[in-house]
Amino acid sequence: MSLEVNMVKIRIDGKYFEAKPEKNLLETCLSIGIDIPHFCFHPALGSVGACRLCAVKKFRDKDDTKGRIVMSCMEPVTEGLMISVEDPEVKAFRTSVLESLMTNHPHDCPVCDEGGECHLQDMTVMTGHNYRRYDFPKRTYNNQELGPFINHEMNRCIQCYRCVRFYRDYAGGKDLNVFASRNHVYFGRHEDGTLENEFSGNLVEVCPTGVFTDKTLKKHFTRKWDLTNAPSVCVHCSVGCNTIVSERYGSIRRIMSRYNGAVNGYFICDRGRFGYEFLNDEKRIKSVQIRSKKADSLQIIENEQLFTSLNNSELNSKKIVGIGSPRASLESNFALMSLVGKENFYHGISEREYSLTKTISGFFQHSGALIASLKQIEKADAILVLGEDLTNTAPMIALAIRQAARNVPNQEAKKKGIQLWNDAPVRELAQDSKSPVFIATLFKDSLDDVAEVTFHSSSEDIANLGFDIVSGLNNITTDSKTGKKDHQELAGKIAQILKNAKNPLIISGISSGDKAILHAAINIVTSLESVGSGVMMSMVLPDCNSMGLALLPGKSFQDLFILEESHRIDALIVLENDLYRRADEESVNKLFEKCDRVVVLDQLMNKTTQKADILLPAATFAESEGTIVNNEGRAQRFYKAVGNKTQVQESWRWIGELISNRDNNQTDKWNLLDDITESMAIELPLFSKLRKYSPDADFRMLNMKMPRQTIRYSGRTAINANISVSEAKLPQDPDSPLAFSMEGQNENPPSSMVPFYWTPGWNSVQAMYNYLDELDGRMKGGDPGLRLFEQSTGSKRDSLEYNNQKSEVRKNELKIVPVYQIFGSEELSAVSPSIIERIHEPFVFLNPKDSEFFHLSDEESVILEILNIKLNVKVKIENSIVPGQAGLSVNLPGMPYVDIPGTGKFHKL
Amino acid sequence: MISILRSMWLTFLHVFHKTETVEYPEVKPYLAPRYRGRIVLTRDEEKNERCVACYLCAAACPVDCIALQAAEGENGRRYPEFFRINFSRCIFCGFCEEACPTYAIQLIPDFEMAEYDRQNMVYEKQHLLISGEGKYHGYNFYKNAGVDMGVKGKGEGHNEEKPVDLKELLP
Ligand code: SF4
Ligand code: SF4
Ligand code: SF4
Ligand code: SF4
Ligand code: FES
Repeated sequence: MSLEVNMVKIRIDGKYFEAKPEKNLLETCLSIGIDIPHFCFHPALGSVGACRLCAVKKFRDKDDTKGRIVMSCMEPVTEGLMISVEDPEVKAFRTSVLESLMTNHPHDCPVCDEGGECHLQDMTVMTGHNYRRYDFPKRTYNNQELGPFINHEMNRCIQCYRCVRFYRDYAGGKDLNVFASRNHVYFGRHEDGTLENEFSGNLVEVCPTGVFTDKTLKKHFTRKWDLTNAPSVCVHCSVGCNTIVSERYGSIRRIMSRYNGAVNGYFICDRGRFGYEFLNDEKRIKSVQIRSKKADSLQIIENEQLFTSLNNSELNSKKIVGIGSPRASLESNFALMSLVGKENFYHGISEREYSLTKTISGFFQHSGALIASLKQIEKADAILVLGEDLTNTAPMIALAIRQAARNVPNQEAKKKGIQLWNDAPVRELAQDSKSPVFIATLFKDSLDDVAEVTFHSSSEDIANLGFDIVSGLNNITTDSKTGKKDHQELAGKIAQILKNAKNPLIISGISSGDKAILHAAINIVTSLESVGSGVMMSMVLPDCNSMGLALLPGKSFQDLFILEESHRIDALIVLENDLYRRADEESVNKLFEKCDRVVVLDQLMNKTTQKADILLPAATFAESEGTIVNNEGRAQRFYKAVGNKTQVQESWRWIGELISNRDNNQTDKWNLLDDITESMAIELPLFSKLRKYSPDADFRMLNMKMPRQTIRYSGRTAINANISVSEAKLPQDPDSPLAFSMEGQNENPPSSMVPFYWTPGWNSVQAMYNYLDELDGRMKGGDPGLRLFEQSTGSKRDSLEYNNQKSEVRKNELKIVPVYQIFGSEELSAVSPSIIERIHEPFVFLNPKDSEFFHLSDEESVILEILNIKLNVKVKIENSIVPGQAGLSVNLPGMPYVDIPGTGKFHKL
Repeated sequence: MISILRSMWLTFLHVFHKTETVEYPEVKPYLAPRYRGRIVLTRDEEKNERCVACYLCAAACPVDCIALQAAEGENGRRYPEFFRINFSRCIFCGFCEEACPTYAIQLIPDFEMAEYDRQNMVYEKQHLLISGEGKYHGYNFYKNAGVDMGVKGKGEGHNEEKPVDLKELLP
């Protein structure tokens, strides 16, 4: 797809290189592997020339021996460009720039959490500045309290402006800014308070110094060189951002983003970064527990006892049922399906979610539509969001749209001859102009500020708008669904713009729970394709492996509810799923009553695990290896960071052992991850590609496994010395080519297996540059992840039915729609203490008119009754929600399952 | 032949030399203060733990026999939650002392650490921490560092200006 660019020839210190003319000189050199010190340039943020560190010498022609000093980040690459990086004069210049940046630097490294992975430390070494000559007093600043995620230590600032450029310009935040003047500039909030932006955690990586550091890491601080790391995938939403998960002394210390050129690039959202603390929670299930009678309480037992106490006839019987989970790996779900058989395998999601997800997965599988990756979303030039509150359900997609909103003004800049890396003039030229982004949602979203038009309305209106856009695209003017003139005009305008755009993008999802909206979105894609547009689509799903689960055969588990009373289930196996979050309490209780034995595999104690007769400790993503499929159908594998042998193990391994035990096999059904991958490939051809996902477990580099630890991993002979002074054998990982060791080759690992970034001279995250083909481009060897769905053209499709009935709402009742929250609505992250601080109490959005009608005031507590379920919620008056419709926060901790959209009424307290 | 006789003669002469044997353990040898023996963790002049749990000693240790975990005390003051040295591995190279930015970890002239059970060679913080300043007096890291961790306020440290007033408009 990438266009052939004309390469130009440049000369660097006497050597000739080919370079792309649309890149600046600094990027070019870094991509080639020539280290030029720099601070303010960031590949995602472009250049502003603020720090003056990236100086190089530029020569006019071959005869020019003197040359002049230029900033490489502000220098376009042109044919015949001649520069020197190594020239003594320019080297001395860079050293002196660094020296002056350091004049006020505090004497902090030993207590600075950035130390050991500090870009400033790296640059100081790289420029050779090593002795402080400036002996005058240092400037100091007071710090601010920035909330549960970010620690602030302003003395360490070197005024590179990366933080505000990321936070304001890139992520659209409002509450971080630069204050004061001259050498007193200050980067912070206007007053103490929580940084509100959903991507604030990236400041930790963007800031080249220790001004902004990870507050959750601070509580159990460990230096980068001491961490045991693994390449992982975020499990907190369906986007599947790539992460690095790090362990020390058996507990998880932090999550960092892992570059994937096709998915999340350099960043992740705060839910993904700070949600990890659940891994260390007290509620973690660490041992096998069993009760022999329903009335007994759970007893901890050894693994062997488990298999003797298990009644094999039970597992052999026909009346065994397995309930899979959208947050368990593909392998674990597949294992359960193998154990219980396809006909007894149920997807553990609500009926509504099941049918909507199936619509999407079916469409993706058979339509050949162009499904946008996150990177492709950034490239779209017209966007329609239909019914999805992206900031809360798929945060990184919202961030990608924010970048896409710059594409049209960027074209303008290009026409004027401004290169896109030249950030200041590009933004100056763009001012407030944006690519056409249309956001039609039930209520406001923090993405609204990039929208050309926001359309907050009822779900019916949104679906109707969608269907009117379809009519507009098909040039049918008579059949308006909205029936409102202004809506119809808007639909016509959107249709026109989508039609004229080169790469329009339609985004929807299932969080609104509305079938009509989803159908409308799909029909728009179909119609656009039929007029020959290069339309892309993206669909947001609720959980990290919702797509993976949808691709497995199985029924919705609510089918189990309608089994007759007399129908007993011998054994019910629940895989990593709290059923009380999926269906109403009564039905789930009834289901459990029908079961003689309940086996639950899970990670955290919850209401479902309390019903277990046998409770097996399932490994989390940090302790296991497995694959999950993100919303675009990209299968991605995560690897374990914790190696200590405990009773906790992968669900697929538990189930494999159950199968072997049942069949009286001496050997385990699946010894290794590769074995189950093979089984899956044979049984389900869609997943046969996974065989070549990444190197097999016996892959070696220089005859060794690849290390999970840095070469400076410390304390090997002391960590366990309190238990036994003789060193124990290192934990083994037979499933992957990664080792729990510091020994081995870590240069250029396969792109899917980068446990951490480090190259000589680069201890900070910037070491990542050396793992990329070119800055901002692909990783060396291709971006990790396997797309399961192919794009194909020419497949003819019928449009989906129009089925938008206005729901019946009686007087004194309101239509209740779901409101998802980035912090709180996802089960696992909602257990993290830092996230808990950001979770709102259960609330209901109410239009001022409705609040008047029901005599409710802002912040008032009220009882909301939906389908006989009574919820205690707080009223939040919200102008963006239409009268007659109320938004109820869903899935927050402690809230019961409610089947919405539906109707509800208020009872005063 | 001659050389053998010469050697025997020289050996015989030693009979009349002053004896060099030191009656250890009754008589202790003189060890210079910089002798690299048993490792201690020291305190500053205010009797607070000097170690700020920076992990530099652990990183410098060539046999990786130091393990610790940082924790935060009152006002965010960093200290080691545990600090363990496995002396059965330690080679007394002194790199940890060299690496320590706070003078916390010091090697002292004491080598009498023999044990019958190797497990007893594992020292925890309570075995390492002494009540004095050790070889280096009068240094308190927190007074020199820019951070405010309860020891001194911002701008009150060594060679520091008062914190910037963000509201002032003077050029
Ligand atoms: S920002 Fe870097 S150089 Fe500055 S104190 Fe922290 S680790 Fe040291
Ligand atoms: S706070 Fe960090 S990112 Fe911001 S200007 Fe200072 S050093 Fe740069
Ligand atoms: S967008 Fe989703 S996958 Fe990405 S970091 Fe956030 S929660 Fe994780
Ligand atoms: S180097 Fe010094 S301050 Fe740092 S952890 Fe070791 S003893 Fe403590
Ligand atoms: S990176 Fe070029 S001036 Fe800062």
